[in-house]
Amino acid sequence: MATLQTRSAARLMMTPAVLMLFVWMIVPLAMTLYFSLLRYNLLMPGMEEWAGTLNYRYFLTDPAFGAALLNTLLLVGGVLLITLVGGTLLALLLDQPFFGQGIVRLLVIAPFFVMPTVSALVWKNMLMHPVYGIFAWIARLFGLQPVDWLSSLPLFSVTMIVAWQWLPFATLILLTALQSLDEEQKEAAEMDGAGPVSRFIHIVLPHLARAMTVVVLIETIFLLSVFAEILVTTNGGPGTESTNITYLVYAQALLQFDVGGASAGGIVAVILANIVAIFLIRLIGKNLEA
Amino acid sequence: MGSITLEKVSKSFGTTNVIPEIDLEIADGEFVVFVGPSGCGKSTLLRIIAGLEDATAGTIRIDGADATREAPAKRGLSMVFQSYALYPHMSVYGNIAFPLKMAGQEKPAIDKKVRDAARVLNLTDYLDRKPRQLSGGQRQRVAIGRAIVRQPKAFLFDEPLSNLDAALRVNMRLEISELHHQLKTTMVYVTHDQVEAMTMADKIVVLNAGRIEQVGSPLDLYRNPKNLFVAGFIGSPKMNLITGAAAAKENATTIGVRPEHIGLSKREGPWQGTVTVVEHLGADTFVHADVDGVGPVTARAPGEFAVKHSERVFLTPEAEKIYRFGENGDAL
Ligand SMILES: Nc1ncnc2c1ncn2[C@@H]1O[C@H](COP(=O)(O)OP(=O)(O)O)[C@@H](O)[C@H]1O
Ligand SMILES: [Mg+2]
Repeated sequence: MATLQTRSAARLMMTPAVLMLFVWMIVPLAMTLYFSLLRYNLLMPGMEEWAGTLNYRYFLTDPAFGAALLNTLLLVGGVLLITLVGGTLLALLLDQPFFGQGIVRLLVIAPFFVMPTVSALVWKNMLMHPVYGIFAWIARLFGLQPVDWLSSLPLFSVTMIVAWQWLPFATLILLTALQSLDEEQKEAAEMDGAGPVSRFIHIVLPHLARAMTVVVLIETIFLLSVFAEILVTTNGGPGTESTNITYLVYAQALLQFDVGGASAGGIVAVILANIVAIFLIRLIGKNLEA
Repeated sequence: MGSITLEKVSKSFGTTNVIPEIDLEIADGEFVVFVGPSGCGKSTLLRIIAGLEDATAGTIRIDGADATREAPAKRGLSMVFQSYALYPHMSVYGNIAFPLKMAGQEKPAIDKKVRDAARVLNLTDYLDRKPRQLSGGQRQRVAIGRAIVRQPKAFLFDEPLSNLDAALRVNMRLEISELHHQLKTTMVYVTHDQVEAMTMADKIVVLNAGRIEQVGSPLDLYRNPKNLFVAGFIGSPKMNLITGAAAAKENATTIGVRPEHIGLSKREGPWQGTVTVVEHLGADTFVHADVDGVGPVTARAPGEFAVKHSERVFLTPEAEKIYRFGENGDAL
């Protein structure tokens, strides 16, 4: 697109798509904003009235909000930590030549294709169940008291389930990055006297920095809105121990029928996501520059 | 010290034998060039010496001690790779300092050595830059800098100049030769370019399909090629290799005459031919002619020799500079 003409032609052609995307985004956002300023409860239809910032005050001062905010950050942070560390280790392992490499790689990717509700149900009933879960069976094998994961360690359990789903993604991205590392660079480091650990720290990790940044950014987007896993396993409980912001908004809207309050919560969630995004871009965005 | 000895070294990748069996002596302080066509096993041989590749059989001695099973870092050799293999996220300083850091040296000692190396290689102004902010020649020098700070027993170069443009290549060739005179360290240099081999080497090892065809000084190989392969490989433009009646007259299967040993005239000579292409290089003129009953022949004439396409010329090969080769390709 070198000339002025081709450039303006390109702009003209793109306009409908851009307009459509813009409308697609702005209409729901505007409606949510509008609802968040109303007193709007589904139990009292037709009684909507202007509420000003009441919904926001109500949502932000709810003790559940503080807990949900903390849970959201813990969940995102925990999953990121597990998938980055685990993904790097798995990628290093899968990068070695071994028999049946293709099959093993396929198996490692598999969890990514399992729907969140399905995987959450499998974890809840087959792995973490205190009576007939595999973990309980293993505990009894060693003569230990089985742990009731979902009620005694709810947030940790949800973190494990979500991390299991995202581990393949991180592994895949990091594995491709690993494979793009120049072989001669590793050999040069070997000649320079760097052992396996030094080579990992000084050569491999810096090379992976960009891929790790991509993993963090993409996962964060999705992890801020984890919902199905919580709904299926703990319902946000016990109490608010495993409630995140998304689940809190859901509870507000569809368990308490408070559309106004839920809309305010939604706007708060959008602002929160933007804060996290700005923070992340500031922190690690420079890794993405060529 | 840095003498390297290969005894009956061979290498196979799976079932493909790349290097059948090689014996070679490299003396301390020597500049040895491995030269041969692409794919003949030069890099493989160099990597076996470096320890990056295991020899399938045979023994490698460095300074007389068996190093066959020794790890690359323990052999005390430095390597400069074709792609330079600089660490992209480290500055020039970090790159050159890396081997010293890995050796656990003190910061002040590292700093002094890095700055000394940078001065020798004209890199002082670039120490803070990243490799991607450097030109090809500068990157090459950083790679050399990284190799020299360790004060290795020997340097290994794998086609270090092949990514540079022609002018820079000539420059770097001189710089590496000069470096060798300064450091007096053993250098093993791999190239497919016979000009690099002729200009830099103390000793040339001509490789073909994993076998050593001949070992000798540049002029030795030029004057007394042992077989057709060496005769055709060393010298530019290539030696004319002629078969048929002209060769039979000399009692050989093939005869070879270098272009510079053929006299050109417009009036008289034993061979008569039609000019196909003329290359004027200024100082020299290369005349490619189709000689009657002999075939295509290249001859070197003085720069001012005026001749044109499809003209008739006479060629006189110098009788004492004709090489004779037998049926199996060996010199007679
Ligand atoms: N890792 C390897 N696996 C299998 N074959 C290889 C490997 N490395 C090199 N070869 C083969 O060995 C031969 C020599 O390669 P190389 O030493 O790189 O040649 P050169 O450096 O002289 O161009 C080539 O035929 C190449 O295909
Ligand atoms: Mg090579």
